[in-house]
Amino acid sequence: MKRRRFLEMLGTAGLCLATPAAATSAGMGDVRPSPGAKGVLFDAVRCIGCRKCEAACNTVNELPAPKKPFDDLTVLETGRRTDAATYTVVNRYLPAEGAAPVYRKIQCNHCLEPACASACFVKALVKTPEGPVTYRADLCVGCRYCMVACSFNIPAYEYHSALTPRVMKCTMCAPRLAKGQLPGCVEACPKGALTFGRRTELLAQARERIKGSPGLYLDHVYGEREMGGTSWLTIAGVPFSQLGMREDLGTASAPELTAGALAGVPVVVGLWPVLLTGIYAISKRKEKQAEAEKRAAVAAAIAKASAEAEAKLSSELTKAEVANKRLIEIEVKKALESAGQDSAREES
Amino acid sequence: MSEHAVTAKQSLFTPFNVVAGLIVLMGAVLTVLRFTGGLGAVTNLSDDNPWGIWIGFDLLCGVALAAGGYTTSAACYIFGFKRFHSAVRPAILTAFLGYALVVFALHYDVGRPWRLPYPVFLSQGTSSILFEVGLCVFIYLSVLFVEYLPAFFEWQRMPKVRGFLVKLTMALTILGVVLSTLHQSSLGALFLIVPSKLHPLWYSPYLPVYFFISSMFAGLSMVIFEGSLSHRYLHHKMDQAYTSEHDGVMLGFAKAASLIMAGYLAVKLFGLSMDNRWSYLATGYGAWYLTEIIGFVALPCYLYAVAARDRNLGLVKRAAALTVIGIVVNRFNVSLVAFNWQLPPEARYFPSLGEIGISVFVVTVGVLAFRFIATRMPIFHAHPDYPESH
Ligand code: SF4
Ligand code: SF4
Ligand code: SF4
Repeated sequence: MKRRRFLEMLGTAGLCLATPAAATSAGMGDVRPSPGAKGVLFDAVRCIGCRKCEAACNTVNELPAPKKPFDDLTVLETGRRTDAATYTVVNRYLPAEGAAPVYRKIQCNHCLEPACASACFVKALVKTPEGPVTYRADLCVGCRYCMVACSFNIPAYEYHSALTPRVMKCTMCAPRLAKGQLPGCVEACPKGALTFGRRTELLAQARERIKGSPGLYLDHVYGEREMGGTSWLTIAGVPFSQLGMREDLGTASAPELTAGALAGVPVVVGLWPVLLTGIYAISKRKEKQAEAEKRAAVAAAIAKASAEAEAKLSSELTKAEVANKRLIEIEVKKALESAGQDSAREES
Repeated sequence: MSEHAVTAKQSLFTPFNVVAGLIVLMGAVLTVLRFTGGLGAVTNLSDDNPWGIWIGFDLLCGVALAAGGYTTSAACYIFGFKRFHSAVRPAILTAFLGYALVVFALHYDVGRPWRLPYPVFLSQGTSSILFEVGLCVFIYLSVLFVEYLPAFFEWQRMPKVRGFLVKLTMALTILGVVLSTLHQSSLGALFLIVPSKLHPLWYSPYLPVYFFISSMFAGLSMVIFEGSLSHRYLHHKMDQAYTSEHDGVMLGFAKAASLIMAGYLAVKLFGLSMDNRWSYLATGYGAWYLTEIIGFVALPCYLYAVAARDRNLGLVKRAAALTVIGIVVNRFNVSLVAFNWQLPPEARYFPSLGEIGISVFVVTVGVLAFRFIATRMPIFHAHPDYPESH
């Protein structure tokens, strides 16, 4: 009985924990970007895979020189991802047999409600009102939960640094933006495949391009809604899945996914102590009742024994019996009410 | 005199001590490698697989298996199952050491371990599930420490401090349950943020519930498992109350675990239908999922029930071992096996020898610490000065 109730209550509390209702995300209010936030539009139709953006990124961010130079285009033969020395990579995709290759540039998408920032337990990653998602190496503990959390597999880690490993990812060149400069890659692109500007304007421009040449583009701006929307937008002429981009990410932002669990915290903190104290009180009361019953039973038994002893009226009460009775008396001292006391008086 | 030295020498070089010594030596070497060469020098971690067995085993399994502390003390002090009393101290000690080891192991895993206090004291990332985990584990470790202290002060014969601490038992127990509820479930909630990376059979909005419920039977099973080991090796340290109550505790725990596991199965089934994931059962991952659910939950659940009915202690122990393995399987599945399931095989993670070595080292340190404390302080026996307090 007790145990079943125990289970039921635990179940209820647990379900409260997971209820995705009340999806007001905790602590994310300060992270939402302002409408003037900047972003970049990448146009896969215009990109020629020249890797000039990669080279510029490497230079402006003072990253280590790569093994193969940036003008070596054979690296395009294997798919790559961002790593500790590379904030951005351009990959080549062959959508169909014999079709012309399509290139896609990969870097942090600077999500509107970034999974990485919501996952960081020291706020080392933040979404700035200007658009970029920036990182503070002086706070980072190196738990790498941000890397787990990012659905785009963007953040990388300096696994070979013993004492000062950092999370490495594109910052949209936030320091350059602050000086009024363009992001390194945008400035370097010879084909206008990268456009920097206010996100709202970029979205309008993307739609214009799509409308202007419907044969060239698919009618979808990747990043408009994916994972709650991103500051970096992509348009292309082939399905995004053929460019290694996931189309199953959904539109829920990362904070929405965890809001339910976080909302459960105050429920547990508020309700548990009350419930548990209640259960404690009940089990305590039951214990007391049981004790009282036991005491009553013992008292009755003693009373009966005394009565019998009286009936015997024998002065030759065996010593063992007396001793035995004394033992019982000591043990249930408190329970010795009238009967016990009477018999005690008699014997003395 | 010389005779004494000889016996001391003999008792020091038992096979157990030799093996433990070698493992500690290996741990020391790996520690040096880790903190001179970085994580890359000893682990197979990568940019795609930022978490390995130091999280999957040391953190997730460690915390789940240390749940015996809150389940046992709650059963005894809050729910009034007084017959579990003698099991409370060993369970608290196991839990305290378990959590201490989790924190110890985290020092290897995070990039800059000296900054581990940052989330609590410097910059609180309140939107992060990991923040909640960190905060709860931090506070709970302190709570467990205080709960364990009476044994220490009895050993040191400091009755005043001890008396004060004992008065806190009830409050600490409730606090422990609250904190455990939060962080046990939050460890599951850590993965809520990546529906894109975790296989649909394991991903569920109910992950926190799964983790919390399974922590209960994990903790109970670990108490049984650890109890049977201690019984074999530390028998001389146990008093009559412990040994005579032992069988009853085991059977009671078996029954409780069986019931909770049945509930867990029901909740899992419910989740599976809510998320409508049936079609995945026909795949390879589905087969593995069914193995986990049937082989490592349903089977031990049934074994526990049979064992409790027949009062079969041997079966209780076997069911406990199976359940403990099942918890490890489940936590590995969520954090490693079913995580990143869409990545090509060459981008998947498999632990390096160095990672396994550190994990073995951490467990060994735990066993040594447990043995050190349990052979000296009143854990399995009541202290002669406090016969009733145990
Ligand atoms: S793409 Fe990844 S790293 Fe970049 S902001 Fe989004 S979640 Fe963070
Ligand atoms: S690795 Fe650093 S930036 Fe990433 S979540 Fe952890 S503390 Fe935050
Ligand atoms: S510089 Fe421009 S065209 Fe060249 S690879 Fe980068 S985005 Fe494409």
